[in-house]
Amino acid sequence: MNRGMGWSLIRFWTFLVYIFMFLPVAVVVLLSFNASEFGAFPMSGLSFRWFVELARNEAILRAFQTSMILGALTALISTTIGVLASLALIRYKVPGQNLISTILIAPILVPEVVLAVALLLFLNALSINKSFALLLAGHVIFTLPFVILVVQARLVSIRRDVEEAAMSLGASPIQTFFSITLPLLLPAVLAGGLFAFTISFDDITGTLFWKPGGVETVPTQIFAMLRNSISPEINALGTVMIALTVGLPLLGLAIARRMSANSGG
Amino acid sequence: MTGPRGKAGTTLPLRKARDLSTVKLTDIEKRFGDYVAVHRMSLEMPEGGFVTLLGPSGCGKTTTLRMIAGLLDPTAGEIQIDGKRVNDVPIHKRNLGLVFQNYALFPHKTVADNIAFGLKYRGVGKSETAQKVKDALELVQLPHVAERYPRELSGGQQQRIALARSIVIEPDVLLLDEPLSALDANLREDMRVELKRIQERIGVTTVFVTHDQSEALAMSDQIVVMSAGRVEQMGAPQDVYNTPGSEFVARFLGASNIVEARCTARDETSIVLEAPDLGRIVIPADRGPQVNGTGPVKLVLRAEKLALSEDKPSDGVISHSARVETVDYQGQAARYFIRLGELQLQAINMIDTHPHGEGSEVSASFRPSDCTVLPA
Repeated sequence: MNRGMGWSLIRFWTFLVYIFMFLPVAVVVLLSFNASEFGAFPMSGLSFRWFVELARNEAILRAFQTSMILGALTALISTTIGVLASLALIRYKVPGQNLISTILIAPILVPEVVLAVALLLFLNALSINKSFALLLAGHVIFTLPFVILVVQARLVSIRRDVEEAAMSLGASPIQTFFSITLPLLLPAVLAGGLFAFTISFDDITGTLFWKPGGVETVPTQIFAMLRNSISPEINALGTVMIALTVGLPLLGLAIARRMSANSGG
Repeated sequence: MTGPRGKAGTTLPLRKARDLSTVKLTDIEKRFGDYVAVHRMSLEMPEGGFVTLLGPSGCGKTTTLRMIAGLLDPTAGEIQIDGKRVNDVPIHKRNLGLVFQNYALFPHKTVADNIAFGLKYRGVGKSETAQKVKDALELVQLPHVAERYPRELSGGQQQRIALARSIVIEPDVLLLDEPLSALDANLREDMRVELKRIQERIGVTTVFVTHDQSEALAMSDQIVVMSAGRVEQMGAPQDVYNTPGSEFVARFLGASNIVEARCTARDETSIVLEAPDLGRIVIPADRGPQVNGTGPVKLVLRAEKLALSEDKPSDGVISHSARVETVDYQGQAARYFIRLGELQLQAINMIDTHPHGEGSEVSASFRPSDCTVLPA
């Protein structure tokens, strides 16, 4: 009896935690379909009008485009550098290996504000102006650790003798990389790329510091719009972003799982 | 009765006699920092031969194999394959077959694509590749697995595919790095026979690395026993086994009794020993080629050459009474630890019906010509 009571309490508590975590998100999603002018309850009807408004909002569309390009470039550059760095650190004896590895992972540990200011000051000292390239560089710096962690973990599990076998059969080191190592690494490369994209797409702190004037990403655009008023459009934008940042990694994970199942783990 | 240049079905990837290669190592040495993994080693492997590098882990056998493969660069010395120096030839241009302990199949490719991998870099056409893959699968007796993935095969099957993949390219030399060690005991013995059969059939010069003495004895034309980066002894399996050239070899191969003795006389035909508890023993001179003069020596007697019996033994043998201390019953044979005066010796004898009991008095006898004498 007592035990039944305990379990009920635990269930109830768990339920409360979930409510606390997801209710705000649910409210945003729900209100984005609200027909009323005001982003508040009670809802006056179901409507897609805010999504339509969103699609007509030039500033948001521009921000969306910027975010997509920025995210895609960040993912591309981060995975390329990440794969190369992981290969060097795992497959070759590099002097100061541990130090390099730590430095590459460090951006995760440093508070983002500190990193953001540091990069800005550094470039000021070199009298380099803020630019899209700088913004991209910043995003690469703090998405790189995630890519490296994911790729390294996978690379460790790819046996060296598989690559040696390929070379003994006549494949040059570069041919071996493209025909053996990279296909086996692909799930991790994709996962790393998606991580990078999502983190970049989602980032606001660094972006606020680094973005050149006139350039807005989706998060900074939302931030700017919130300063004026809470428009229901923002709820719609929030819903789109949730769909994107939750959906993409899930999709990537599913693809990665399929692929690693095919390549034997 | 297939010789190294054996002939078989016409389509199999057979090598012709003129293609057989030799491997020659001249004073090769490998250092890792201050650690010397292989000390100035010279070795010539006969064409078409099956040479085994045998030794405990850390003896330098795998390092030597990896130097032949081109996966490691020797610190000094020269490696020749087929009379050509290959020190500066990278692995992918050496035309070698390499088989690893853990198979190292490409997990993302089918069995057929695994086998075809090396052919791709040799400009072999599509239909010819298909034919060669089929022949290779038949050679390893797995004709029906072409479309499967490696993970769908058992360990033994995977190793056969790895072997097929390495021989389909018709390598100059086949290098086997403990290929049977990951398999379980029964399968290992089957694969041992199978591997030897395939090697004889295609006649490729083969270097086999193992720490397992029974594999080495069963498969090799020549055994190279290594210890601490040096060659201890090389020769045909029965020569290495029957006439160990060093105490290490005597201990590593089979079970041996090693008794400290003194050589009191030596001439052209015999060596006279004086050993505690065993008395005076006259041994044929060819059983101790390394013993030059009188002085302390070591007497090596294989455990299975020491016969225990309850009756008085026949003439021509040396016999002492001894007491059985421990019996390690192994079914068709037993390993006895016996006390002979101050000496503790071991004997491995076939069992007729019952092993000798512990504590029983027996006569332990051996022929002087079964002993080996080594310098102390």
